Amino acid sequence: MIPASFEYVRAGSAKEAISLIGEHGSDAKFLAGGHSLLPLMKLRLAQPSVLVDIARIKDLSYITDAGDHIAIGALTRHMDVENSPVLAQHAPLLAHAASHVGDPQVRHRGTIGGSIAHADPASDLPATTLALGATYVVTGPNGSRSIAASDFYKGFLESDLAEDEMLTEIRVPKMDGAGWSFQKFNRRAQDWAIVGVAAWRKNGSSGVALVNMGQTPVLARQVSQALASGASIADAAQLAAADADPSADNNASVEYRTHLAKVLVRRALEQASA
Amino acid sequence: MEIRVTVNGQQHTSDVEPRTLLVHYVREVLGLTGTNVGCDTSSCGACSLHVDGEAVKSCTMLAVQADGASVTTIEGMANADGSLHPMQQAFMENHGLQCGYCTPGMVMAATSLLKEIPNPTEEQVRLGLEGNLCRCTGYHNIVKAVLAAAGK
Repeated sequence: MIPASFEYVRAGSAKEAISLIGEHGSDAKFLAGGHSLLPLMKLRLAQPSVLVDIARIKDLSYITDAGDHIAIGALTRHMDVENSPVLAQHAPLLAHAASHVGDPQVRHRGTIGGSIAHADPASDLPATTLALGATYVVTGPNGSRSIAASDFYKGFLESDLAEDEMLTEIRVPKMDGAGWSFQKFNRRAQDWAIVGVAAWRKNGSSGVALVNMGQTPVLARQVSQALASGASIADAAQLAAADADPSADNNASVEYRTHLAKVLVRRALEQASA
Repeated sequence: MEIRVTVNGQQHTSDVEPRTLLVHYVREVLGLTGTNVGCDTSSCGACSLHVDGEAVKSCTMLAVQADGASVTTIEGMANADGSLHPMQQAFMENHGLQCGYCTPGMVMAATSLLKEIPNPTEEQVRLGLEGNLCRCTGYHNIVKAVLAAAGK
């Protein structure tokens, strides 16, 4: 399968990338690692007329301790997130979730920013950063703005990013020793999750987000509210799908997904509380 | 677009369409057909090769993205005198292949894995090869081969 023809341009900086995408209009797309976009282009589900290659912008690949949060450059590859000592110490849930993205070959190329900007509800890192209460920094022709992960996802593969904006940084609050768990249920090792759960818990606070349980990654607010009100893990887990609107596909019916979410949220909370 | 790529130590300058996939570039432009196309959807790993020393799926990378990079394919693994790379030798000694279709990708993924984890456990080998499918289901001997190569 070969993508439809397109024009290829390369950006040396974020500023240049934003200028190029503005110049080429709504038919242009950013190309980072390409592991979400190129498969869509090969299937001709996406046919951008211009690709702006941003993968060579080296100063957008970093993982930095920024005090109360860890700042991650959007072009940081999954493999570097997975192996980061800074994240292992301050946001181990994210490092662990990154190790479940695709397979090693995919993680050598794919980037955290690309995964989040693609806004696939079946991907691991959008939900994981949502559970962690991350903030995304996006940059456009008029400067940067911050968007809470909980405000970012608007629909299936749709985000709050404007056409001429680029995701440049992901800010993940430090977990401060919170218990955590990442549950991914699939049939083959490298597959997307049929249902996945990213969860953390510390004292009365918690964050629980669901993979592949709707048109966007889903924050299971009612689970956290129940836990904060003193509900048991088993009772809180019964609310796993209360904020979700799952669809059926070849892998699972709506009923099965709902059941899986309850089981996986219970397991995640048990592990995060242990 | 003109690209410069070093493949198996040899520099090539080629004019390619931006939509040319890296796997088609090495197979059809350079004639290096050891890299196989299996699923063509970045699932099976048959097209794995190294870009700057790391395994990637060349069906999901554009040739223009490899501009300036150093690429190694299965043809670049054996020594100049024809003797096999230790990983190839280990696959042979441990019967790590049956039909052989997945083998180039397995060897490239396995050598990349050993660079990152020189002495892996069996579980780390199995996880490290999660992106490579063997339709003969010969996984046990493949894992044995990788562990044997790691011990050398």
